[in-house]
Amino acid sequence: MKRAFKNLVKNRYTNGRQAQKYGASGSRSLEKSPTGIRGLDEITFGGLPKGRPTLICGTAGCGKTLMGVEFLVHGAMEYGEPGVLIAFEETEEELTKNVASLGYDLKDLVARKKLLIDYIHIERSEIEEAGEYDLEGLFIRLGSAIDAIGAKRVVLDTIEAIFSGFPNVNILRAELRRLFRWLKDKGVTAVITGERGEGTLTRHGLEEYVSDCVILLDHRVEEQISTRRLRVVKYRGSTHGTNEYPFLIDKDGISVLPVTSLGLDHKVSSERIPSGVPRLDGMLGGGYYRGSSILISGTAGTGKSSLAAHFAAAVCRTGERCLYLASEESPQQIMRNMRSIGIDLGPWVKKGILKFDAERPTLYGLEMHLLRMHKLVTGFNPHAVILDPITNYISLGDDREVKAMLIRLIDFLKTKGITGLLTTLTHGDAVAEGTTVGVSSLIDTWLLLRDVENNGERNRGLYVIKSRGMAHSNQVREFLLTAKGAELLDLYVGSEGVLTGSARAAQEAKENAAAALRRQEIERKQRELGQKRKALEAQIAALRAAHDVESQELEMGLAEERLREERLAADRVEMARIRRADVGNGGKAGKNNRKGARA
Amino acid sequence: MNAAKRVKAVKPANDDPWVLRLYVAGQTPKSLTAFSNLKKICEEYLEDRYRIEVIDLLENPQLGRGDQILAIPTLVRNLPVPIKKIIGDLSNTEKVLVGLDIRQRVRS
Repeated sequence: MKRAFKNLVKNRYTNGRQAQKYGASGSRSLEKSPTGIRGLDEITFGGLPKGRPTLICGTAGCGKTLMGVEFLVHGAMEYGEPGVLIAFEETEEELTKNVASLGYDLKDLVARKKLLIDYIHIERSEIEEAGEYDLEGLFIRLGSAIDAIGAKRVVLDTIEAIFSGFPNVNILRAELRRLFRWLKDKGVTAVITGERGEGTLTRHGLEEYVSDCVILLDHRVEEQISTRRLRVVKYRGSTHGTNEYPFLIDKDGISVLPVTSLGLDHKVSSERIPSGVPRLDGMLGGGYYRGSSILISGTAGTGKSSLAAHFAAAVCRTGERCLYLASEESPQQIMRNMRSIGIDLGPWVKKGILKFDAERPTLYGLEMHLLRMHKLVTGFNPHAVILDPITNYISLGDDREVKAMLIRLIDFLKTKGITGLLTTLTHGDAVAEGTTVGVSSLIDTWLLLRDVENNGERNRGLYVIKSRGMAHSNQVREFLLTAKGAELLDLYVGSEGVLTGSARAAQEAKENAAAALRRQEIERKQRELGQKRKALEAQIAALRAAHDVESQELEMGLAEERLREERLAADRVEMARIRRADVGNGGKAGKNNRKGARA
Repeated sequence: MNAAKRVKAVKPANDDPWVLRLYVAGQTPKSLTAFSNLKKICEEYLEDRYRIEVIDLLENPQLGRGDQILAIPTLVRNLPVPIKKIIGDLSNTEKVLVGLDIRQRVRS
């Protein structure tokens, strides 16, 4: 444990910044000399092998000399290691001029004795061979240069030039072997450049002598787009990245892009950031997640850039920095167009928190773009990055390459906690819910803008296709671009399908009319009902009246009948009295009377 | 054409002394051989119209820069112009004579 710590401390001293980052894993056994070239120290886990020669080989114009010069300049300026540059091809003036454009002041370094440039000129035509010789002169010259400034680093650019000066290859080979041995004994970290040969790494087989570390530079042109690539062919005694890494030479010198598998362990944030369109925030339940990746896909003219600009403005409004990588329009054009929908990006640009970078994708290869983005992001350190659109990169490689690039870009942004918004153009005939490069699986929030066509007009609809980790609306919204910015409206969804635009307005009017009609109808029905009820009531009253009359009549009849009955009874009594019937027997006596009378 | 050039190049040598510089690095066998070989050739072909400067780079490393000396030993003919360089221990007399343009002069 203690020992490991010691090792770590030691490495911090010897290998500089990069070694700290990677711990001691790659450099426990070998001390390293950091190159200070962005990315290269990461690939080699700390730099070139300290005190040993390294061969940098490649075709003409691939950046060998520059890499050597950078190794020396960074060593002199950042790591306190003076360096000697033995130039066989360019004079001191030429070299100084060449690298001045990269911001390196070689003259100043030379004056401060941090750097010594020695131009060795070999003119074949002046030299005649007559007998045995060796290259002690070169050794002495190199030795005196190293001693003059106490150099720790040496660059020989390019030692192969001596092959043209001295015809006796056998002597040369022996001497080269001696030279590299001698450099090792001197304890200087040497860089030897060599021209790429046919089927071999270098034209004269330098790799035979320099076996500790070999870096191959390559400059390929594919479909008229050039890409520089770097590969660590061999690194004795150390682990190293084995892939081909793209590298870039620009105004800041060389930067290499380490294509590391970044893994999926980036921090996540549950903080929401506004999308710039309030109703969209509503649909997403509060906005995008910070550090998430957002894809806006849609056919041409559906308002992808407008939505992106809204986001840019929203980011800037909170005072955060936003990087807008445009690959279709110039910054001026974007700003003008966005002004027409009420977004003025100008002030943010002036304030320096919004940065545009517009570049035609066809200008570089994919790797270069990625590298450039890396550099821009690292330099500007934005909170959000907009890539508008990613579709244009497809012309630069096949789908797999583009996807790989985007994965790396998204991963890179995620590890940095930067919110990334990408737009992609889908073609009308393609599947609307497919992205042309199939990046959807990498995306956290995917918005689809789609033309809804009917009634001879196209209107925009916005769908939230997915949004990881947030409750989001599943409704389609109509997306309107007004002079005050983007607006989202509820769609008309009815029996006749989804309607937008004027069709929606017409449909709404139609609906209103229909509603009014229905209202009238109801009123009419209600009135009718009232009338019916009234009629019924009247009928009831009439019936009741009739009934009253009838019952009265019936009762009258009844009374009459009763009266007649009484009269009849009275008449019978009267009759009996008149017939003198037994009063006591009444009717019986009468019968008996009739019997008795017969008897 | 070739003859004319040759005459031109060699002519001043008839009057002017030859300045020859021999670069060495310490008293190595090769250096000593080179010096004795040079001496012999000069005595034979240039008589007393020559001057030999021996420069030891171990003592004065800076002096090697002007003549771009890498190989040791190297013989440089400073005068007459143009500058000629011959590397090696000068054991191949024929090559030295050709290299110094002496052979042609002798023949003519």
